Amino acid sequence: MTNSETILRAVHINKSFSDPVHVQVLQDINMSVSRGEFVSITGKSGCGKSTLLYILSTLDTDFTGDLFIDCQPMRGLSEKQLAKVRNEKIGFVFQFHYLLNEFSVLENVMLPALKLNLHTEEEIREHALRKLEILGIKSLADKKANKISGGEKQRVAIARALINNPSIIMCDEPTGNLDKTNSLLVFELFKEITENEGLTLMVVTHDQEFANRTHRIIEMEDGKIL
Amino acid sequence: MNIRLLVRIAFSLLLARWKQSLVAAIGVTFSITMFIALLAFMTGLNDLLDGLILNRTPHIRLFNEIKPNNLQPINHDSLFSKKYNFIRSVKAGNSRQEIYNSQIIIKTLWQDKRIQGVAPKITAQVFFNEGKVNITGIINGIDVEAESRLFSFTDYVVEGNAIDLKNVNNSIILGKGLAEKLLANIGDVVQVTTANQQQFSLKVIGYFQSGLVDIDKVQSFASLSTTQKIVGKPSHYITDIQVRLHDLNAAPSLAKEYAQLFETDAEDIQTANAQFETGSFVRSLISYAVGITLLIVAGFGIYNILNMMIYEKMDSIAILKATGFSGRDVNRIFMVIAVSIGLFGGVIGLGFGFLFSVLIDQIPFNTASLPTITTYPVNYSITFYLIGAVFSIVTTWLAGWAPAQKASKVDPVVIIRGK
Repeated sequence: MTNSETILRAVHINKSFSDPVHVQVLQDINMSVSRGEFVSITGKSGCGKSTLLYILSTLDTDFTGDLFIDCQPMRGLSEKQLAKVRNEKIGFVFQFHYLLNEFSVLENVMLPALKLNLHTEEEIREHALRKLEILGIKSLADKKANKISGGEKQRVAIARALINNPSIIMCDEPTGNLDKTNSLLVFELFKEITENEGLTLMVVTHDQEFANRTHRIIEMEDGKIL
Repeated sequence: MNIRLLVRIAFSLLLARWKQSLVAAIGVTFSITMFIALLAFMTGLNDLLDGLILNRTPHIRLFNEIKPNNLQPINHDSLFSKKYNFIRSVKAGNSRQEIYNSQIIIKTLWQDKRIQGVAPKITAQVFFNEGKVNITGIINGIDVEAESRLFSFTDYVVEGNAIDLKNVNNSIILGKGLAEKLLANIGDVVQVTTANQQQFSLKVIGYFQSGLVDIDKVQSFASLSTTQKIVGKPSHYITDIQVRLHDLNAAPSLAKEYAQLFETDAEDIQTANAQFETGSFVRSLISYAVGITLLIVAGFGIYNILNMMIYEKMDSIAILKATGFSGRDVNRIFMVIAVSIGLFGGVIGLGFGFLFSVLIDQIPFNTASLPTITTYPVNYSITFYLIGAVFSIVTTWLAGWAPAQKASKVDPVVIIRGK
């Protein structure tokens, strides 16, 4: 398991709230994700699956245990360093699209890459257009983000997650706000990405149907992995 | 760090809420405009009022005061030198008002680099005869050219030509109030009687108006030689030497130096007119206080608008942080917004402030006591503009600081999970 192909590894992760009463949200979570895997985390509402995702994605730092992304320990990194890790290695797709309405679709996709600042703006524009093409929404590039449909917005969000070629893409209920057709479309896109581009995907969902079609299902209950 | 990207994001947020941003900027513009206009006007007025006295007052005046001699004969006697001597009813002896060696003193003063100019003067008490009535007055014997150059004498000669004082024999310029009392028109001849009962006829060639009515009722001006004739003294007779310095603040120390060097009395302008500085200072203080209060109010406007913007843009902040922008980046974005509002509003405010000053400068302002002034006085000092610019940036920076800090502390997990 601990070979170079391991993208993400969690060791003895615990999280609890003590306010107002002591609640153990996560109990001794140990797991790892390898490159190219399409993993889903399922479970009932309140089982801690989203909490786990936010811990694994470094957004939530209030936990005990160890987390490695690309074999690099996340413990003890500063807020700024974690932001850089997320920028470089993690792509996010949430239930809500979180596009910036002030920007065009293309700019929304370009933003994380502009922040990373590895390529010139021209190159980044090229990359962003290619991602939009893969997702079949190249024609929307110059539209304002609030002028497109819900399904389209989610695809733009996926393009944004892909722009920096991250090691892993983390999704929290990516199809939660979408109808059947769009859900299917998004799933197919994810599958294509993992198979064709060799990306790693971790999806939190309560949509059993969606989960069943992923490579691996991690099922959770009461803060534990079953 | 790619500041350019942060600025780009900041401007997008700013323009997305351009109406609110504009209102905030207008707040800054308004306060800076008022700040500049207020200070320009106040300082203009200050300069005018101070100038009323200061421009015409020598920085140092050398003269001989009539007073009893400190060294009485008994002090010279060695017999009494160890004793305590009481002398009653001491009178001023034959002390003269004249300054001894005045020509040499003037020559020495001209060589002093700290001095801008020297003007000799004679003051003579006279009576102006108007029928049966005698009106007391003072004739100032002046060197017209020096007096004009150093103390803007010509500015206050409202009718007639000041230089005629030198060109016309036995001529006099009367204070406006004095001329009215004497019913003397230009070209008329007035009779004066000196303290020594000598009578003189002097031709009125102009009126003088200082702005201070009491002065105009008693003062008049004649040339040095005319005055010397009136008082019956030779041509080296001078009672006052007026000195104008390059640096006004050096007056007290130089006065002491000259008093010792020339063995005369020396009075500096600060001692003679202490109240003016206090007045100017208080007026400036009030203007600054009002200006800064306005800016602080504008600062609160910016604070409010940024706070609102942050609540509106919580989602954007959350996703920026999730996709790799650090708290510091977010902080900078909002600081850029705040300072841009301040900069934009400030620059326009400086422009409007200037226009406003120009406008005030056009308003007619005629008063009998200020003959040289026709419009409201305005000071266009660059200092106000610099202070205004600095203050607009500083206030908006401070106003933006708390909201930006708040934005940088937004926890993306709370926002994203809250949906």
